[in-house]
Amino acid sequence: MSAAVGSRPARTTSTRPGGATRVPRFGAAPSRVTAAIVLIVIGLVFAVPLVALAQFTFRQGTDGGLTLAHYSALADPVNAATYQPVFDGLGASLLIALITVAIVLFVLLPAQIITALRYPRLRRVLEFVCIVPITVPVVVLVVGFIPVYQVVAQVFGSGAWTLAFAIGIISLPFAFRPNAAAITAMDMAVLTEAARSLGASWWTVTWRVLLPNLRRGITAACFLTITVVLGEYTLASFLSRTTFQTALVLVQQTDPYVAAIFSLGALVFGFVLLVVIGRIGRRRPRTPKDPA
Amino acid sequence: MTITAPAAPSSLSSTGATVELDAVEKHYGAHRALAGLSLRIEPGEFVSLLGPSGCGKTTALRALAGLEAIDAGAIRIDGQDVAATPVDKRDIGMVFQQYSLFPHMTVRQNVAFGLEMRRVPAAARRERVIDALDMVHLADFADRYPHQLSGGQQQRVALARALVTRPRVLLLDEPLSALDAKVRVSLRDEIRRIQSDLGITTVFVTHDQEEALAVSDRIAVMNAGDIEQIGTPEELYRSPSSAFTADFVGQSNRLRGDLRGDDVFVYGFRVPALDGAVPDGPVLAYVRPEDVAFAAEGVTGTVVSSSFLGSIRRTTVRLDDDTVVTVQHEVGDRRAAGDAVAVRLLGAPVAVAPLT
Repeated sequence: MSAAVGSRPARTTSTRPGGATRVPRFGAAPSRVTAAIVLIVIGLVFAVPLVALAQFTFRQGTDGGLTLAHYSALADPVNAATYQPVFDGLGASLLIALITVAIVLFVLLPAQIITALRYPRLRRVLEFVCIVPITVPVVVLVVGFIPVYQVVAQVFGSGAWTLAFAIGIISLPFAFRPNAAAITAMDMAVLTEAARSLGASWWTVTWRVLLPNLRRGITAACFLTITVVLGEYTLASFLSRTTFQTALVLVQQTDPYVAAIFSLGALVFGFVLLVVIGRIGRRRPRTPKDPA
Repeated sequence: MTITAPAAPSSLSSTGATVELDAVEKHYGAHRALAGLSLRIEPGEFVSLLGPSGCGKTTALRALAGLEAIDAGAIRIDGQDVAATPVDKRDIGMVFQQYSLFPHMTVRQNVAFGLEMRRVPAAARRERVIDALDMVHLADFADRYPHQLSGGQQQRVALARALVTRPRVLLLDEPLSALDAKVRVSLRDEIRRIQSDLGITTVFVTHDQEEALAVSDRIAVMNAGDIEQIGTPEELYRSPSSAFTADFVGQSNRLRGDLRGDDVFVYGFRVPALDGAVPDGPVLAYVRPEDVAFAAEGVTGTVVSSSFLGSIRRTTVRLDDDTVVTVQHEVGDRRAAGDAVAVRLLGAPVAVAPLT
C-alpha cells in the first residue's frame, strides 16, 4: 500500500561550512533584493496618488494646514442637502451593483456552466462575446445604448437601477474570466457524471458539487463586478442617470474635499475587495464535519 | 509485503444482475460509434471490453451507464429495459478514468455521497462508509481530502464510493490508466478480489490487454463499434477467431504462408489454421512468439536484439528474406545481436488472414 501524499515534498537543503543551512532557489526567481526593489517601486506608483488624495482630504485651504473639518462636515445637518446627491448616488450604485451581480450569477454563470457541460464547442464563442465589451470604448457603447435606453425607459422607467443592464454588459469580461478559470480548474464533466452516477439530480449536482468548487471564481467575479459598477462614470453620465460617480463630479464642483473623501473611500473599498478575493483564492478547505 | 485482504463486508454484498446490450447503435454525426452491439453478461461476471482507441468500448460503457443516449437497440439490466432511464436512476456504480472525487469533500463525505442521495439513515450510512473504506484499506484516511491522497488511493476511494450504494452493476472506465505500473497491478488485483467477494456484475473498459487478460472472466474484443470476438482470456489468446483479435490480443509474428484446406504452410512448416472461412491461397499467419523456437535446423536468420523480461527472454531475429520474427525462449538461452540462428514453428494453431 502506498503512503499518503499529504505534505509537500521536503526541499533539498545543503549545509554550508560552519553549519549554516542554505535553501537553493529556482534559477529563474529574482534575488530578494531585486524583488524588494520592484515591490517598492510598484508600491510607490500606487501609493503616491492615494497618499496625495488622503492628504488633500485633510488640507485646510491653501496654507498647508491639516484639519478634520471636511470629515466632520459630512455629519453636519447644515450640509445635508449639499451632500445628499452623493448618498443618493451611492445608494443607486449599490442597487446597480446588486442587480449586476444577479445578472452575473443567474445569467452569465449558468451560461458558462451549460456551455462547459453540454456545448464545449461554444466555449470560444461565449468567450469572444464576453470579451468584446472590453475592446470597445465605453463612449462608443453608449452611442449604441442611447436608442436602446429610450425603449428601456418606456418599459422600466428612468430609474438609475436600469443602468445595471448596460453595466452588466461592460462587466462581462471581468466576471467571465474568474468563472472560466474556476471551471477550467475543475474537471466539471467528470465530477458531474460521477455525482449523477451516484444518484444525484441536476439540482443536487449544481448545489452540492459544482458551486462549492466554483466558489472562488464566483466570489472573484462578483467582487470585480462590484468594483466595475462603483467605478463606472461614462455610461451614467451619457445616459443621464445619477450614480455614485456622477454625484461625486457634481459635488466636486461645490466641495472638492468631500468628493475626495468619497473617492478615497471607494478606492479603499475596492482595495479591500481585491484583498478578500486574494485570501479566498488561497484558502484551503475547512476541517470537515462528519456527514454521516 | 503481503497484505491480508479483508472479506467483503456483508453491508456491501450485492446480488449480481444480468446485463444485456441488444443491437445497440450510437452515432456521432456521420461516425457510427456502436454498430449494432450485442452482449449478454451473466450475474456476477467480470467482463472486459478491450479494443483500440475509437473502437466504441467507452461509448458502450457510457451507454450502459446512461451517460450517452443510444440511437437504436435495447439495454436491459435484469430484464428491465433501462435505455430511457436517466443515469441517476439506473442504480449503477462507476469508476472513471480521471480522478473523480469531489475535491471539496473528505474521503468520508465522498463515500457517503451516494448514500445521502438514497436517504440512507445516518447510523447505517456511517457503518457502510467505514465498511467500504475498510474494504479498500483506507479507513484511516477517512478525514483526508482528495488532494492529500496519491492517485492509487484516490481510485480506491472512488471504487469504495461506487460500491457503497450496493449497485446492480459496477462499471469501470479505464480506472487504472492514470496510475503508475506497480500501483496499476496492485489495484487491478484488488478490484478483482473485491468484485469476486461481492459477486457484483462488472464491466471493465480497457485498452490494456494485459489488464484484461489478468482479471476478466470473459473479454469482448471490440472493433469498429462491434464485438469482434468474446471469450475467456485463454480462448482469445489461444484461439483467436480473426486476424484482428490475434493481432490485438497478445503479440504475434505476421508471417506469409500458403493456406491449403485446414492447414497453413509457413516456411515449409505445416500448422493448423484456426479460421476455416478464409479461402485457400496466400495468407498472413499470426504466430505467437512462444510458438517459435530456436532449432539446429530451420529457417535461418540473424539475431537483431534480445530482451530480458524476468522469467522469459524475447529475441528478435531477422530471417534471410528480411522478415522479422520474435522468439520467446528460456532466460538461460542467451543470444547476442549478430548471432546466426535457425528457427522453427512449433505447430500450434494460428489465426490467418487473406493476403491482399
